[in-house]
Amino acid sequence: MLRFFFQRLLWFAITLWVVVTVSFFLMRQVRGGPFDGERALNEAIERNIKARYHLDWPQWKQYLQYVGPLNLDDHGAQFLGGDGTDVFTGILVGDFGPSFKYRDFTVNDIIGQSLPISISLGVISLMWALLLGLSAGIASALWRGSTTDVALRLVATTGIALPNFTVAGFLVIFFVFTIPLLPVAGYGSWRHLVLPGFALGAPFAAYIARLTRTGMLEVLSQDYIRTAHAKGLPPRLVLLRHALKGGLLPVVSYLGPATAGILTGSLVIERIFAIPGTGSHFVNSALNRDYTLAMGVTILYTVLVYALNTLVDFAYTLLDPRIKLEES
Amino acid sequence: MRQTLAFVLLGGLGALALAIASSARLERADFTFNNGAEVSTLDPATVSGVPEGRVVRLLFEGLCVKDPKTLEALPGMAESWDLSEDGKTYTFHIRKEAKWTDGTPVTAYDFEYSWRRMLNPLTAAEYAYQLWYIEGAKHYTIFNDELEYIGDSETGHDFWIQEQANGRVRVGCVQSLLTSNLVGSFAGNRSPKSPLKHNVKEGADFLQHGTLMATPLGICEQEHWFPFALRDAKLNPDLPETIGALLDDPYNEKHWFAEFEVDAGALDAQRESGMIRNGKQYREEILDVAGLGLHALDDTRFEVTLEAPTPYFLDICAFYPVFPVSRKNIEDAKAKWPNSWELKWMRSENIVTNGPYAIEFRRVNDRIRVVKNELYWDADNVAMNTIDALAIDHLGTSLNLYLMGEIDWIDRPITNVIPRLMPREDFNPAPYLGSYFYRVNVTKPPFDDPRVRRALALSIDRQAIVTSITKAGEQIAYGFVPPGMHGYSLIEMEHGQDEATPELTFARHVEEAKALLAEAGFGPGGKTFPTFEIHYNTDQTHKDIAEVVADGWNRNLGLNVKLLNQEWKVYLDAQNSLDFQVSRSAWIGDYSDPNTFLDMFLTGGENNRTGWGNPEYDRLVGEAASVSDDKTRLWMLAQAEKILMEEMPILPIYYYVTRNLVNPRLGGFHANIQDEHFGKFWYWMSDEQLAERRAKQPADWEHVSAPGPAAGLYSPASQR
Amino acid sequence: MAGKNPKSWDLGGKNFEELASEAAKFKGESLWQDAWRRLKANRTAWWSLLFLGVFMTIAMIAPLMPIPSPVFLDLQLEPQPPIWPWTNFGTGGFEPQYWELSALDNFMVDTRVAIFGDWQTGPWLGTDGKGRDILSRIIWGSRTSILVSLAAAFCSLAIGVSYGAVAGYLGGRIDNLMMRVVDILYSIPFIFLVIFLITIVNEYRAELEDNYGIDRETVFYVVIGAVYWLTMARVVRGQVLSLRNQEFIEAARVLGASTARIVFVHLVPNVLSIVIVYLTLTIPAVMLFEAFLSFLGLGIEPPKVSWGILAVDGSEMVNPVKLYWWLVLFPAGAMGTTLLALNLLGDGLRDALDPKMRGRD
Repeated sequence: MLRFFFQRLLWFAITLWVVVTVSFFLMRQVRGGPFDGERALNEAIERNIKARYHLDWPQWKQYLQYVGPLNLDDHGAQFLGGDGTDVFTGILVGDFGPSFKYRDFTVNDIIGQSLPISISLGVISLMWALLLGLSAGIASALWRGSTTDVALRLVATTGIALPNFTVAGFLVIFFVFTIPLLPVAGYGSWRHLVLPGFALGAPFAAYIARLTRTGMLEVLSQDYIRTAHAKGLPPRLVLLRHALKGGLLPVVSYLGPATAGILTGSLVIERIFAIPGTGSHFVNSALNRDYTLAMGVTILYTVLVYALNTLVDFAYTLLDPRIKLEES
Repeated sequence: MRQTLAFVLLGGLGALALAIASSARLERADFTFNNGAEVSTLDPATVSGVPEGRVVRLLFEGLCVKDPKTLEALPGMAESWDLSEDGKTYTFHIRKEAKWTDGTPVTAYDFEYSWRRMLNPLTAAEYAYQLWYIEGAKHYTIFNDELEYIGDSETGHDFWIQEQANGRVRVGCVQSLLTSNLVGSFAGNRSPKSPLKHNVKEGADFLQHGTLMATPLGICEQEHWFPFALRDAKLNPDLPETIGALLDDPYNEKHWFAEFEVDAGALDAQRESGMIRNGKQYREEILDVAGLGLHALDDTRFEVTLEAPTPYFLDICAFYPVFPVSRKNIEDAKAKWPNSWELKWMRSENIVTNGPYAIEFRRVNDRIRVVKNELYWDADNVAMNTIDALAIDHLGTSLNLYLMGEIDWIDRPITNVIPRLMPREDFNPAPYLGSYFYRVNVTKPPFDDPRVRRALALSIDRQAIVTSITKAGEQIAYGFVPPGMHGYSLIEMEHGQDEATPELTFARHVEEAKALLAEAGFGPGGKTFPTFEIHYNTDQTHKDIAEVVADGWNRNLGLNVKLLNQEWKVYLDAQNSLDFQVSRSAWIGDYSDPNTFLDMFLTGGENNRTGWGNPEYDRLVGEAASVSDDKTRLWMLAQAEKILMEEMPILPIYYYVTRNLVNPRLGGFHANIQDEHFGKFWYWMSDEQLAERRAKQPADWEHVSAPGPAAGLYSPASQR
Repeated sequence: MAGKNPKSWDLGGKNFEELASEAAKFKGESLWQDAWRRLKANRTAWWSLLFLGVFMTIAMIAPLMPIPSPVFLDLQLEPQPPIWPWTNFGTGGFEPQYWELSALDNFMVDTRVAIFGDWQTGPWLGTDGKGRDILSRIIWGSRTSILVSLAAAFCSLAIGVSYGAVAGYLGGRIDNLMMRVVDILYSIPFIFLVIFLITIVNEYRAELEDNYGIDRETVFYVVIGAVYWLTMARVVRGQVLSLRNQEFIEAARVLGASTARIVFVHLVPNVLSIVIVYLTLTIPAVMLFEAFLSFLGLGIEPPKVSWGILAVDGSEMVNPVKLYWWLVLFPAGAMGTTLLALNLLGDGLRDALDPKMRGRD
């Protein structure tokens, strides 16, 4: 058990290091810089700005400064406007630097403000997805081949068959313009999260429904279920106590990537519904060449995916006694 | 059991999520507008861009403000000003009642500080060049990295030297070091307002008479700092003046304070011994304050000396990047957070402002909320109590929020619905100081031939673009400088719009274009025209226009045209490095003068981006800048634009109009040529006022719902 | 083992040839035949397959059909609504105006002009803001979208299958390392990767086109495929891992087959079923991804048209002032039904190919 976690931790460190290094240098290979604007900067002014953010340093030095922990700036952390007393900087001491685009904020500020919003949206859509996906999946497994099954699968598949901005458009047409039930966009109360939560969760619900159906079908044909039926247990009990547990395994393993996807893939939904979450920073920071913010969200994503996958592996062992935490 | 636990856990998470979401609940502000993007900073000195400008104008006020209709400069923080006879020196009189939000008065020193700060290379202000009309300002901003370092970083006795071309050496240090050492040796009173000015002459004499080495001057006391200087230093003859300026300087910046003559070889010897080190790594700027034409004479008088008479200098004073910041605000932050003050002083909880509104809070990518500033000198005339500036970048969402009554003003409705908006009373496009055009890279054949560029320019169906794509009644452009500039008449390319209808004009243009291309050797019997690309940045309208233009060139001239969508930064980079053939462009004037358009295309200018240059053009635009007679000046600029329209490094398409969609109940909001709007004047009209406004409108305007307080939020009559 | 030479085996008194001919008489049901039979029995999947077949055919022969050009501009103030009933025909006359087409497409366009001449359908599904025919755009858009997704899917197939099979077969440390690489790649936010790759490709597009004859679209497919191979690799690796110790692989190894031969001749065919199932799921994902990129403005370049572009154009129209519903509904409908069919087909294929399902119902 302990060995498992240590190994995971080691791989985590390696993964993170690779991700940081690759993204750091990749980002700087792309054309355009953070301070290019419609009005070209006067050369002198451009040099001042670059010097202020250390963009005039060679890239390896910028990299070392970014990673830390030692502050390479001889004259102090002028990066942050300091007077030279900071000995440590960089991500190793948890300092992601100032955002190049939103200059009044550090990357830590921005992520700190937007992540809870994305999480609340993500949790709501995940609940939607689980609720709809599980019930649809179970129902269609139980009544396999029936009209209910076909209908449920049709509905579920529609969730994957349309881009989520189209789904969002239809939702807005129905629940805002036609029946004025919910606010059109914005953030500030639970009502603001209903439509985006649904639109964001729809494809995941569909996927969960499919996984549940497959998983349940497999389990329902196994001997121990037959035994349970044979013992005369009420069908509902068999379903809930025995079949569901095994049938849910594929869903559980999907939850890790799904959660990460929901948390970070909410870009489109956040834009359409004007929700100030992290999703928008994913693409915008790359488009703005906001190197520090882009690095920040990349690291956030990596950590999230890794943590969630580890958690899922862990949950797996709880659900399925046959699986041991293997050492890979 | 585990399942129950899982469900409980999920339920708890859900509840938490709802709690987080609900904790963000806000009362609707008195007035809400969509700013379109998160602002990059609240620091007026370092911003550029429309969204930032809107917020800065709510929070700060400059020496002048603009009239909301005519944009003429009106008294702001300065209640009046005098101009010297040579037109070069302004003396602004700051309002005595002007206060910062922390209660301290706004003084001339704040302005001096703010503008010096803006020019300081360390501030890295994008718009610093707007102040380069001031004497010595450009020189002050230029970053200097040919420095060497002498001193002792442990004790903080840092000195910087720079070898000059004439073999002399300049020496600079932080001002406090100089004054503590230098001034300490003089007798005399010291008052913070005019530190020892009367002693300067005496002090300079003191230095001049060769007593430098013997004096208790700190710089020379410790021999090892200036070994060469100790031997045969000769002081800068201008030193008295320099020191005078320095002693007057309360800003503790680093300055050059003296020039020395040095033994040949002395510097090299010191370099070898390691006494002098390369200063590049320290990234210091030594500022040349001596020649800078900025002086606070006392608390209320601020004197600005310009390089040359500049007719639009007052407009610049009303331009948001030059708005003042509170010196106390920044210095308090420096004291409190020595390592991160640059990120702390403008935080919404720390920032001190002087405008009609004060900041309440900021949520990244969501909104900035401002509240009425009760300490503002004209607070009686400010009607709104709270204003929200939202940062919604999705145009459809922004429009939907407006139509659902949750936002009161948006500036860019999606273009597809514009035909439906045109008859409405809340949508009134008005001329805007902007020009939409295509840049042509004149360095690459076949575009180096003006006939080719002319042919391309002629065969753009501008009328089709403005009626079916942009739709808001834009004026088609055959010139570059948009109409509406005072005293400047529209310049158009030859044979612009001279047939009875746009269709006829275009048909004739196409014929002309074919002839031009044939003349340039292309077309039937000639060379084939190479396939080329139109670059545009990601945007629906740009894409649509590019499609129409490409289609027109293909259909009418038989050219093979491809489109290339580029994301913003790549597009800019391609333009800057002339890595394009034809590239979509636009320019919005910074101020209401043709110069803001025409100085772009000076040879080698950083905004030129076409590779084009013309000496006569450069001469006209350059000389016009120093012509004080406005008529002559504008005539010269018009001649320059004619040259531009003959050579056509750019293909004009249309002149912008504003696209504001505003709640009809909003008062104090006026269309103007720069599309700048001033929160100070906004108020809600009562039902009666609204009815009155509607009675004056043309009868065929569609009335729309005008949510808002029925009783109105009145602004005193003096404002209206 | 005593008999490496098969001739020394005890053949029960018959010679080898006899046995072989006897065995050939039994017509065993191969996995594929079995799957095919079961697929036909699954009505949903069968109809999906037919639907997709028809759709693909239409997409392929789009230049032959009497529809207007998808890029012909007829500038109007507003999008024109659909015309019902679908009997009137366009008055404007056909303009054979397209982007650079392949030789085959050009030939088809010429044929179409020869057959139908000026004759073309009217705006049956309405037009967009620039007067372009929606029906035609949907059909032509399907070509791009189908091509993108097929190309990307096969790209992911090629990389994923080889990578996964090699890792699974070699096993041990190498497998571990290769799978960790996949893990790392999984953790890189691929949207960054795509943005970077697309911008870099844009930068070198001229060189690519001139020197290698690769156009941007091709690179676009490859980029998307390069993103989607990860899951494929995992799936294949898992399957191979369970196969590698089975007898037939053992036998091949004993017979001295090379690693490459074992992987690609013996292992890969045995994992194809799961790969095909996964492929039918990748294609919809790629189509949606193309739409997502279009939403960000990074998709296919106009004047070319794809479903992603149509869906984005449509989603811009959602507002209460004037809902140009035909711009939202028809592209969404086309995309929805196709992806639905693909998904249902995928489900059906999985049921049909799943060995555990064999012989049941």
